Amino acid sequence: MTRATGEIMLDVHNVSLRFGGVKAVTDISFDIRKGEIRAIIGPNGAGKTSMLNVINGVYHPQQGTITFKGRVRKAMQPHQAAKSGIARTFQNVALFKGMSTLDNIMSGRFLKMHRNFFWQLIHLGPARQEEIAHRRKVEEIIDFLEIQHVRKVPVGKLPYGLQKRVELGRALAMEPELLLLDEPMAGMNLEEKEDMSRFILDVNHEFGTTIALIEHDMGVVMDLSDRVVVLDYGRKIADGTPDEVKSNQNVIDAYLGVAHQEKSR
Amino acid sequence: MLYREAGQFKSTYAADQAIFPLRQDRIGLFAILGLAFIAVPLLADDFILDAIAIPFLILALATIGLNILTGYAGQLSLGTGGFMGAGAYACYKLTTSFPEANIILLILLSGVFSAAIGIVFGLPSLRIKGLYLAVTTLAAQFFLEWCFIRIGWLYNYNVSGAIDSPERNTIGGLVLTGPNASSVTRYIVVLAIVALITLLAKNLVRGRIGRSWMMIRDMDIAAELMGVRPLIAKLSAFAVSSYICGVAGAMFVFFYLGSVEPAAFSITLSFQILFMVIVGGLGSLIGCYFGAAFIWILPIFLRNGLPMIGIDIGAENVVHLTSMIVGVLIILFLIWEPHGLARLWQIGKEKLRVWPFPYA
Repeated sequence: MTRATGEIMLDVHNVSLRFGGVKAVTDISFDIRKGEIRAIIGPNGAGKTSMLNVINGVYHPQQGTITFKGRVRKAMQPHQAAKSGIARTFQNVALFKGMSTLDNIMSGRFLKMHRNFFWQLIHLGPARQEEIAHRRKVEEIIDFLEIQHVRKVPVGKLPYGLQKRVELGRALAMEPELLLLDEPMAGMNLEEKEDMSRFILDVNHEFGTTIALIEHDMGVVMDLSDRVVVLDYGRKIADGTPDEVKSNQNVIDAYLGVAHQEKSR
Repeated sequence: MLYREAGQFKSTYAADQAIFPLRQDRIGLFAILGLAFIAVPLLADDFILDAIAIPFLILALATIGLNILTGYAGQLSLGTGGFMGAGAYACYKLTTSFPEANIILLILLSGVFSAAIGIVFGLPSLRIKGLYLAVTTLAAQFFLEWCFIRIGWLYNYNVSGAIDSPERNTIGGLVLTGPNASSVTRYIVVLAIVALITLLAKNLVRGRIGRSWMMIRDMDIAAELMGVRPLIAKLSAFAVSSYICGVAGAMFVFFYLGSVEPAAFSITLSFQILFMVIVGGLGSLIGCYFGAAFIWILPIFLRNGLPMIGIDIGAENVVHLTSMIVGVLIILFLIWEPHGLARLWQIGKEKLRVWPFPYA
């Protein structure tokens, strides 16, 4: 099911990221093609989340370039990354705890809303129409994710699985071109994982959103993704289709360990 | 029983997004507005208006100002008194420089000056959070207080060092400020301004800008990754908050106290407003009114109510006793419901909706 024939949307080239003496990511290059589901896997501490943070501008790598939609970017701020069409979910749910499900997803429309301060003040005419128009979009997402029943519930009260779903909805509300999912299925039971997998595939198929996915569940990764990049100790050790990666000796070593200890430095 | 949403179907998003989607709430709102605009001026005497109603409304407005900053945008501030003072002194300078200008316009304008000052003192919030930010706003408080005492230009170099509200009329000749203004007139003006600003504040917090404040408050990294610029979100919260506090401060002088020394805008006032926010409920506009009522009206009630029901404690003890009672009440209340009176109100309404059943 390889559809990874589209043009290159995001190109990561020789990126290195250090925190003082700690090398989080060393000399990594890979690309994400338009329309594909790209998995980033690796053992704990391999630099996967750091990689996502580099892509959406939270961290700025010391070396290397990132090209998104043909434009090389240097030291981009997170809000600029958001504006250019990159959305993201978090490993530990990072919802806005004090707000309802509806408001959380509405907050994803922030960049799409443009009425200025004074229209907001009177909340009539254009500001009100804008609010309602975006509410309609948000309701479509709520329908899509099947969370109608918790629309008005403060997200802090929702069970974990639903929180993850709301977080996906919030990212979808941004109508991103590239969606970064950081362990969307961590801590879920089988049923919830299946639901989430279905949503991810639907997002990819119906909206054509390009997805970069970090996940530890190998079954999910192998089933969902078109191509997989494997990191270990901040270095790239393999890149290819799920089948290629599965049979790669480096990957097997990284996950199962090898007899000689030099590997671990 | 009476408070039910059964049968009230919302078929448009506009209806669902109304401030008061329930018919009973709308009726309640109009009842309260009617009471405040018609019944109170007709029935209340000057003591109730001057000592309770007017300061209550003004303090509630200042509480809304601080709540926008602390409750909605999550930036703790101890500079409220200073920002209120900035508005008051700005209004004093404006009205003495332009005696012909409409005083209500000047009061609304004076908030702009305190907003500007608020933006300057809000700049540290881009790097500093929580209690540390509270310390930097404390610096604002002391600096502004120092200005009110030391910069003679602010109080037109008069010997007393205080500012007083000169007599100003509207076009119709109605005396609005100064010693000759009637309590009812001042009350109506204050009520109108407070009601209007409350409505505008509600509009802000339920729209895009208010959501950006709450996003920053709840999870600043996620907010940034969704396109919110912390600089703009935080500084706009400081600006709006200081504007409202400034207007409240100007009204504090011109419609309530009449004459004010710099000490009126001291750290005590900042803390008083902060307590109102906490007791009322962070991130709730109706809570601001509850909090202001709890902190302002309850002591007055105790002071006058205790002798009335036959407990005579002597005039010299009454002040201390009320402070002690209010202090104990605040502690008990915060243990019982740390999210403030607004949360209690909400819980009460939810219980009422499913009554007589325990849950829906």
